[in-house]
Amino acid sequence: MTVALTPAVQFVLVCALADLPVGLGRPFNVGGHSIAVFRTRAGKVFAVAGRCPHKGGPLADGMLAGEQVVCPYHAFRFHAGTGECDQHNVCDVATYPVQVTDGAVRVGVPA
Amino acid sequence: MIRPLHPYKPKLVVIGNGMAGARFLEDLLAADPDRFDVTVFGDEPYGNYNRILLSNVLNGTQDAKEIFLNPLGWYAENGITLHAGQRVTRIDRETKTVWAGELCVEYDYLVLATGSKPFVPPIPGTTLHGVFVFRTLDDCRHIADYAQNCKSAVVIGGGLLGLEAAKGLMTHDVAVTVVEMAPWLMSVQLDEAGGKVLGDTIANLGITAKTGASTKELTGHTSVTGVKFADGSEVAADMVVISAGIRPNVDLAKECGLACERAIVVDDQLRTSDPAVFAVGECVQHRGMIYGLVAPLWEQTKVLAKALSGEDTTAAYTGSKIATKLKVMGVELASMGRISDVKPTDEVVQFSEPARNVYWKAIVRDGRLSAACLLGDLGPADDLMRMFQADAPVPQRRLELFFSANSAGKETSLADLPDSHQVCDCNGVCKGTIVAAIKAGKCTVPAVGKATRAGTGCGSCKQLVKGLIEAVAGGVKADPSEGWYVAAVPLDKPTLVTEVKKRGLKSVSAVLRELGTGEDEKSKNGLASMLKGLWGIEYIDERDARFINDRVHANIQNDGTFSVIPRMYGGVTTADDLIKIGEVAKKYAVRMVKVTGGQRIDLLGITKEDLPKVWADLGMPSGHAYTKALRTVKTCVGSEFCRYGTNDSTALGIALEKRYQGFEFPAKVKLGVSGCPRNCAESTVKDVGIIATEGGEWEISVGGAAGAHVRKSDVLCRVKTQDEAMRIIGRFLIYYRDNAKWLERTYDFAPRIGLDRLKDILVNDALGIGEQLDAEVEKTAAAYVDPWLERDKPAFAGQFEGERRVPLPMLA
Ligand code: SRM
Ligand SMILES: Cc1cc2nc3c(=O)[nH]c(=O)nc-3n(C[C@H](O)[C@H](O)[C@H](O)COP(=O)(O)OP(=O)(O)OC[C@H]3O[C@@H](n4cnc5c(N)ncnc54)[C@H](O)[C@@H]3O)c2cc1C
Ligand code: SF4
Ligand code: FES
Repeated sequence: MTVALTPAVQFVLVCALADLPVGLGRPFNVGGHSIAVFRTRAGKVFAVAGRCPHKGGPLADGMLAGEQVVCPYHAFRFHAGTGECDQHNVCDVATYPVQVTDGAVRVGVPA
Repeated sequence: MIRPLHPYKPKLVVIGNGMAGARFLEDLLAADPDRFDVTVFGDEPYGNYNRILLSNVLNGTQDAKEIFLNPLGWYAENGITLHAGQRVTRIDRETKTVWAGELCVEYDYLVLATGSKPFVPPIPGTTLHGVFVFRTLDDCRHIADYAQNCKSAVVIGGGLLGLEAAKGLMTHDVAVTVVEMAPWLMSVQLDEAGGKVLGDTIANLGITAKTGASTKELTGHTSVTGVKFADGSEVAADMVVISAGIRPNVDLAKECGLACERAIVVDDQLRTSDPAVFAVGECVQHRGMIYGLVAPLWEQTKVLAKALSGEDTTAAYTGSKIATKLKVMGVELASMGRISDVKPTDEVVQFSEPARNVYWKAIVRDGRLSAACLLGDLGPADDLMRMFQADAPVPQRRLELFFSANSAGKETSLADLPDSHQVCDCNGVCKGTIVAAIKAGKCTVPAVGKATRAGTGCGSCKQLVKGLIEAVAGGVKADPSEGWYVAAVPLDKPTLVTEVKKRGLKSVSAVLRELGTGEDEKSKNGLASMLKGLWGIEYIDERDARFINDRVHANIQNDGTFSVIPRMYGGVTTADDLIKIGEVAKKYAVRMVKVTGGQRIDLLGITKEDLPKVWADLGMPSGHAYTKALRTVKTCVGSEFCRYGTNDSTALGIALEKRYQGFEFPAKVKLGVSGCPRNCAESTVKDVGIIATEGGEWEISVGGAAGAHVRKSDVLCRVKTQDEAMRIIGRFLIYYRDNAKWLERTYDFAPRIGLDRLKDILVNDALGIGEQLDAEVEKTAAAYVDPWLERDKPAFAGQFEGERRVPLPMLA
């Protein structure tokens, strides 16, 4: 008998880098996970949960303030790297690892 | 003297990061920031927040994030170690250590600021789902969440907090019954007659009060379904909030053997029975008194900070006289002393005016004011509070307690108040302190609040603070950031415009790179608007500098869909257009078709993907109901139809809207044109209002408002022809566009510049810029492109796309 070792995270191709407008985000639904993927002006790509934990604002429609995503509904801010809300512990948002290789963007979701 | 390189700092541990604990830290830092090595434990997982404002969070007038006082970063900046979300479980006074589970911290001095907890009466059913207490931010959130699915609620306890909870629940569309054991509401602050006035007032608000009722049991299987009373009666309820009083948190202190009675007993320096352990706040019993309001805590923390830091080792706390102004359910209330405490020899002075729900009562003992309560109208409150605090003799003619010789009709001027007069009762801030802050350059209400805390409690004194700023700041230099156009670029607008032009900065990112000190979304929006006005077609439009509404030219709704409002020039439409709107509404199964307050039609609930299709099917231009731009021009029917009309208001309205559509401004701009002084288009509360006068002239006024603020517009001039009206209005609009701060509406802008100056510049052309302004109008009108044309050619990838579905790859 063999035991299949599934990795905790699998990276899924979501779009080409060119599909991500500079400084903005786009919403994806990756196997049931609602995810907002952003590309900063500095060229960094990151992914956070698609819905704001406050009242469900669509985060992909938010603006970036540096490395923070600003929810379009009530302007809560979430740090891109840690998901931390500017109101500590009030409602942090989930983050997802991202790989960009050869102009392709992959997001890591729980396998 | 030789000082050691790393002097030993005594270790100070504070247990409790609530209002008293956190304020004590601030007072201590102010007294001596380097005296101690400080560690704080807080049971709640946050920095500290203003508990008083939880009522506002529950009733939705404030966001949870607005009530935080010190963020986590503040602790780090001040070298304080904060263990947030850590409950101290044991104090060992032998080894001078405190324990939070496994975590152990040593102390030289210990301060207990553990506050109190809600009292839950020992009756069956209090552990059912749907039963809450109201003390913390988490409580607030849980109550609000649960209320979503509830129709009825019972609040147990008709005191201050219970009523606040009831009011909060009302805003969640829940039918509320308040249950009180005493024969009337707020029995601590009010007597029977006052309680009745309050009862009437809240009945008018639709809240049921059940007084003299003793709760016996909460019924329900897993979730609460009702409340049973001792007399056998029952009230159904989907949820229950218990607000039956508070009990000081004394367990920790008791377990380690500190002297406790009803609370932790302290002396005049807030020291407990152990000389190394102190206590402040609601957990403290001082000279037999326990306090449940914040004002006394502020006095306590100040004394403790002075004594502990060594700044004033003789500082002593001798007790507080409680005088508060409160607002319960919109009812003004002032209370001082204990109104129920009446001796046979006391004199009672009362006044009531049932028609206005006004009730005043004062108790005079030995020629001094020993207690008072005022309800409904706080006219004499300030004078009475001063008398009460100072223990001053009351007037010989007792009637002057309420109707003093100089109070009638004449308000005491702010300038006349002594420096020691307390302005902010929540935080105990005196006039002198506020004046000093204003003189030091804090010239806005928030800046004064930050410097002195005045106005940061319940907020009821903000008007006074504003008045003081106006009175004092005359010759004082304002806070520089006040003058900046946006927060991220430290320049006022004229300087910013000059720099931008000089350096040829045509995009938001370029401005931020060259002139910015930070980056935030509001600043990006503001710069985008300014640069567009400045550069016209040369402007480099970066969509990441725009808010979602301005990226997709529609207003985002609470479910992520959008609203579509096409232009309907001057509020005039045609049968064909209405049919088209109806057909589109049907085709896209629009959730709501609504006539807006701006005389046009709103199609609500359109998905992002459908936006371009809806616009194409409508074939009408964008109404700009979403951006900081010209919104609507409201008109009345005017001389074409109306028997009173003296000029053609619809024609002028349509011409104005066609001319100025798409013009972007620092804030939205709305116009109104009325055909006679009856003013059916409400022109006097518009950013620009035009009214036809008896002789058929146009009277133009600016700076009106009727939204969150209401202001009657100032009359700029009268002109004879439609062309002249168009020109003056154009000049005003461009002058406003180029000189207003970001988000400053005309109702703030016009009074800031001053009517006389506006007249000089716009009507008399005193600066000689009239033609320049006219040319700007031409240029901006020429640059107008209907943004809904992006339906054919999206401006960036995914502009009109919803969530893209990506399936997980099949496992091999
Ligand atoms: C649709 C409409 C309500 C309606 O159904 O009638 C409306 C809807 C909104 N108004 Fe309004 N206002 C509407 C007429 C008004 C009016 C009346 C008028 O225009 O004659 C006023 C008072 C006049 C004024 O502007 O001062 C008004 C004063 C406000 C304010 C307060 C502005 C202020 O400075 O006092 C806000 C908040 C803001 O702008 O920050 C606001 C904000 C909003 C927003 C945009 C809130 C938002 O950011 O989401 C609402 C969008 C709702 C949505 O989900 O689409 N709305 N709003 C009206 C659209 C009129 C139109 O045809 O364009
Ligand atoms: C909804 C509401 C509205 C109010 N409105 C007003 C008002 O309008 N005006 C007014 O004057 N007062 C008002 N009050 C009362 C006021 O908030 C209190 O008087 C004040 O908060 C008391 O401060 P404190 O620091 O003593 O206690 P708290 O603010 O309760 O702080 C105590 C803190 O210690 C923590 N703690 C306790 N035990 C431990 C432990 N073992 N380890 C670690 N941490 C611990 C608790 O979690 C808490 O965060 C209101 C209260 C509420 C709940
Ligand atoms: S008043 Fe305006 S902002 Fe408030 S809910 Fe109605 S539409 Fe929205
Ligand atoms: S929904 Fe995101 S901040 Fe409110």
